[in-house]
Amino acid sequence: MSANPQHSDSLSAADFDSLLKRLASRIPAHCILTREEDTRPYECDGLSLYRSLPPVVVLPENEAQIIEVVQACKAFNVPIVPRGAGTGLSGGAMPHPRGVLLGVAKLNRILSIDPESATAVVEPGVRNLAISEAAAPYGLYYAPDPSSQIACSIGGNIAENSGGVHCLKYGLTVHNILRVRMVTVDGEVIELGSEAPDSAGLDLLSAFIGSEGMLGIVTQATVKLVPSPACARVIMASFPTVESAGEAVANVIATGIIPAGLEMMDKQATHMVEPFVKAGYDLDAAAILLCESDGTIEEVEDEIERMNAVFSQAGATRLQVSNSEEERLRFWAGRKNAFPAAGRVSPDYYCMDGTIPRRHLARVLNAISEMEHQYRLRCANVFHAGDGNLHPLILFDANSPDEVDRADKFGAAILELCVEVGGTITGEHGVGIEKINQMCVQFSRQELDFFLAFKKGFDPLGLLNPEKVIPTLSRCAEYGKMHVHAGQINFPDIPRF
Amino acid sequence: MEFVLSEMIDKVMTARASQRPVYIRGGGTKAFYGEPQPDASHATILDVTPFTGIVNYEPSELVLTARAGTPLAEIEDTLASNRQMLAFEPPRFGASSTIGGCVSSGLSGPRRMHAGPLRDFVLGTTLLDASGTVLRFGGEVMKNVAGYDISRLLTGSLGIFGPILEVSLKVVPRPLLEETLVLEVDEAEVLHHFNAWRSLPIPISASAWESHDGVGLLRLRISGSEPALRAARQKIGGERVDEAAAEDYWNSLRDQTHPYFQASPLWRLAVPPTTPPLGLGNMLIEWNGGLRWLGDGEVEPDFVRKAAARHGGHATLYRYAAPPSVPVFHPVTSGVQAISRRLKQELDPTGMFNPGRLSREL
Repeated sequence: MSANPQHSDSLSAADFDSLLKRLASRIPAHCILTREEDTRPYECDGLSLYRSLPPVVVLPENEAQIIEVVQACKAFNVPIVPRGAGTGLSGGAMPHPRGVLLGVAKLNRILSIDPESATAVVEPGVRNLAISEAAAPYGLYYAPDPSSQIACSIGGNIAENSGGVHCLKYGLTVHNILRVRMVTVDGEVIELGSEAPDSAGLDLLSAFIGSEGMLGIVTQATVKLVPSPACARVIMASFPTVESAGEAVANVIATGIIPAGLEMMDKQATHMVEPFVKAGYDLDAAAILLCESDGTIEEVEDEIERMNAVFSQAGATRLQVSNSEEERLRFWAGRKNAFPAAGRVSPDYYCMDGTIPRRHLARVLNAISEMEHQYRLRCANVFHAGDGNLHPLILFDANSPDEVDRADKFGAAILELCVEVGGTITGEHGVGIEKINQMCVQFSRQELDFFLAFKKGFDPLGLLNPEKVIPTLSRCAEYGKMHVHAGQINFPDIPRF
Repeated sequence: MEFVLSEMIDKVMTARASQRPVYIRGGGTKAFYGEPQPDASHATILDVTPFTGIVNYEPSELVLTARAGTPLAEIEDTLASNRQMLAFEPPRFGASSTIGGCVSSGLSGPRRMHAGPLRDFVLGTTLLDASGTVLRFGGEVMKNVAGYDISRLLTGSLGIFGPILEVSLKVVPRPLLEETLVLEVDEAEVLHHFNAWRSLPIPISASAWESHDGVGLLRLRISGSEPALRAARQKIGGERVDEAAAEDYWNSLRDQTHPYFQASPLWRLAVPPTTPPLGLGNMLIEWNGGLRWLGDGEVEPDFVRKAAARHGGHATLYRYAAPPSVPVFHPVTSGVQAISRRLKQELDPTGMFNPGRLSREL
């Protein structure tokens, strides 16, 4: 097992010109962008902290053109960075300074919706929400619903293994994709998974989902559709302490209920969003829970009753149940608009994505609150409470280099705490370039090398989205040193290089 | 480090140094599954059963972590005492079945079409790799996208990347209520029913259709709250089956003690659930049409494989009497095979773990 071959810096200007010539001869001119005013919009994804101007952006219109791009890049040993809708939050689609940015947004057709098999066949550029809209006439929808679902594409969802508010009950992207058609680094088209319940051989599909564009370019996918529930209602419950809210979450699940959605917001978060959305949140509560039930009208009534009983028992100070679809959406509006609300109260915000075993919730939230003093920055917490996925929103001003630095360190400290309590640095946003240093904390060198070896199985040349996700030995060494200089070694028991 | 684990590491290191293949063994109940392994006399047998015990179980977090040698029965008993279960209902081929063997084989039972396959519930694994190093992937949390999903790659890999040492699984609450309905329908009708029901919110948690002397019977298990079952009964119709008889029936499918599974050769066809009747013989149909068993005498392997492939599925020679002349698993495409071969080469460079078990080439 060895590190990826190095290629990027050795590319000469002459080679790059030859690559452009070859692309121009195979792909329509309007699909190739090289002028700065055209390529500038592609310099970053949803995480604007990390930018790099791509020398060329190619926006193919079909699979055949994607094959051409991949083969050309292979011939000239040029890295390829795939991009969906560019809504990612970890810099996974940040361009490579010597590479081709390959956007698949133009492959945006829904090829079929089949109510008999409850599946849809779609191209990678199809927006997440567009699938559910197209399936609605059949009483079906696509369950994973990342908060960016109005804009994000299914290709990007596959790359990131996106989650969403309803994934506690309906699963993540990996649970809802049956088949992927993709172009390999050799320019060959292969299919992983199938419309059958399983496939022969290794389960490469599951390993491919969430691989952040490092194993192949998706050109088509079959997704699972599920029947739309006849009814959905949400409980909004107030709690006097974060501990009691955490206990309520544990008790609901221990009772045998899997809510359709179970979200928590702390006081800082409700105060941040309430003026913006006027959802009617209890501003005195230390934490509020939003707990949704879906199914038939009778099922929902029955479940809401059982959920309410658990919340009262756990010490809820206020309980409200949505009585109309309008009210349900209003209760959710605050949660769904937490990010934009953060953008309103602060010039910039930095969204973290750690996941923890839920029993450590109070400990982690208390530690984050102490960190607010340590780093002199505010932090609002929204939380997929059902599955332990935290989204602390660190508020800062990017015009102040010192605040950027503190926000960065604050974020890193939160992620390392997540690892310390047995969790992970990213639940659904991906590692990308943003959390690559924290990978050195979560995994041993041998584990990272195993990942690199795995990547070589798909991409022996190391051309697909290189230098993301899996840190090299020297990068981890550098990160280790930085920590020593800052005088705060968080995990003295972890081997450092 | 614990003695049992250091012993296993020693065995792997020694085998590697002496270039001997390592055959990984759990409870031995699934020895029939996969390609036949050559005589074990020149191989190192790595017995995983001493590495046993539930490491962590948090009912309110819906997660259980156990060492690979832990008996499946022990895990199921522990879950049952908290009204929880393994949603994928893995087959128990015997009392000695272990959780390691269960995950390595990747087999799911009757509830699979409703709850999802085994791999959907694998949150993390610990692997003993070819260098004798203990590696940890994933973890005990539901959502985790740090690094590649190696745990799911290991699921169903039949040990070709090394022994799984420990596994963390998502567990689920038992349904509030369950009941079984039976309907008399023929094969074409039953598949038609499944197609109509698939887009409706009917909580079918298991289905099986079988035919005797030309009379087809469909059994359906429905699960959920009383209002959900009432609505499902109305839509489906049929007769209710006595609770004890129903439980025996689903267990006989799950554990494959049902007479149909005694056939040899026995083919397992996984096909898109909407696939029409295959016309290969008298089949047992599970998973709302997605899983079809064929134990109807001697059918040409090539004929079975072509029929499955024509509809976008695959056929496994699940049980066989004599070493088969054809590959046990459906051949994969050359592109997928190339990746599989490179993965084996990268992750187990000397090819020592369970050589040939998943594919003669790997």
